[in-house]
Amino acid sequence: MTWDWNYVAEILPGLLEHFVQYTLVATVLGIALAALLGMLFAVIRRLRIPVLTQLLTAFIEFVRSTPLLIQLFFLFYALPGMGITLQPMTAGVIGLGVHYACYMADVYRSGIDAVPSGQWEASVALQLSPRVTWQRVVLPQAVRNVLPSLGNYAIAMFKETPFLAFITVPELLNEAQRVGGDAYEYVEPLALAALIFLAASYPTALLLRRLETRLETR
Amino acid sequence: MNDIPTVWDWTGNLLDGLRVTLQVTVLGTLMMLAIAVALGLMARSRRLLVRGVARVVIELFRGTSLPIQLLFLFFALPLMGIRFEALFCGVLAFGLNYGAYGAEVVRGSINAVPKPQWEAATALNLSAWQRMTRVIWPQAIPLMIPSMNNLFIQLLKSTPLLYAISLVDLMNKGEAFRLAGGNATAMYLTLMVIYFVMAYAVTLLSNMAEVIAKARLGQHAGLRSVFRTTKAEPADAAVDHVEVSSR
Repeated sequence: MTWDWNYVAEILPGLLEHFVQYTLVATVLGIALAALLGMLFAVIRRLRIPVLTQLLTAFIEFVRSTPLLIQLFFLFYALPGMGITLQPMTAGVIGLGVHYACYMADVYRSGIDAVPSGQWEASVALQLSPRVTWQRVVLPQAVRNVLPSLGNYAIAMFKETPFLAFITVPELLNEAQRVGGDAYEYVEPLALAALIFLAASYPTALLLRRLETRLETR
Repeated sequence: MNDIPTVWDWTGNLLDGLRVTLQVTVLGTLMMLAIAVALGLMARSRRLLVRGVARVVIELFRGTSLPIQLLFLFFALPLMGIRFEALFCGVLAFGLNYGAYGAEVVRGSINAVPKPQWEAATALNLSAWQRMTRVIWPQAIPLMIPSMNNLFIQLLKSTPLLYAISLVDLMNKGEAFRLAGGNATAMYLTLMVIYFVMAYAVTLLSNMAEVIAKARLGQHAGLRSVFRTTKAEPADAAVDHVEVSSR
């Protein structure tokens, strides 16, 4: 077979549209959810609330060691049996968000641990309530420590969004397969999908590495 | 025969699926190790061309999402006249994708072996081959194992993708159960528990390998360390740890 540029020109706009509308949106929403939930998990574990902390730790270990695809299928195909029906995109964002929140929980933990103990002591000395200490003193500093890792996780999550194709989210891979199936021409759509991913992830990774070295040298 | 199947009825099916999953996992891991060592060594070559080829291959397979690579091998390659069996497609896709990450681990760990070790090997008049096999690799391997273990677990966790290329693996058997009217919740939880156990088994094996590799260097970590758990991390994040620690 030969590479058909006309076919490429015909399908590229559609692929890019699905890429922006679903892949990028899922990544942004997923990482936002992971960042928030991860922080919540880390704070709960740090507070050492009996039972809840142990349950959460077990949950985090379990989610980290089991496949994302099965978790997505669970959300999409098993939850309706319990009366909760999610839209494909909602299930996908929740799946990605929770999976990565379990990764992020440990990143936040080290971010929180890295806040100097003098900051906690100063908060006590200033009679700040625990709530204010967390919100105004500890977490803002922890988040700054966490930011570079958050970027790495965002790239990793971005590359896992094609898993959403299997729960019928029409993101880039799903669309490429559909387009390819229509014409029985899989080479161009799948190669374009791969190239779009490369074009988006490689420069971002380079940029992030630069940012990291800059933060380190400071 | 209009009974709704239970997970228990499916035991035989799940074992059949497990065999396929294990087969691809083991072969994929071996392929990944071979590719990681080859690309990792090429990436530290003094020749620009060799290094350049390695870099392009590494970035290509790191940057273009695994599911796309897998489906490309399975759906697009046959149209270009290259047809692999589904099982081999899986092994190749996992091997190439995680091999690209593994190459960074290999490169980083070799670079992390202290400079005086290299100089001492030269001073003792060891050949380049002896220096690598007797001095550098025995010290680099224990450094590689934790990150490699993480990649093994990530590879294992990616194997449900095989269902997308019509292989009858664990995931596929689980789907058949759901379509036959079985309780999806029970099945997915069962599958996750099976994967959880397999991930722990991988960690145990890696820990044992680490203890053995360290014992050869005279560093005794103790048998207790075999039962340590590791926390699975995305390949991108784990690989960057190696790069940072080797700097």
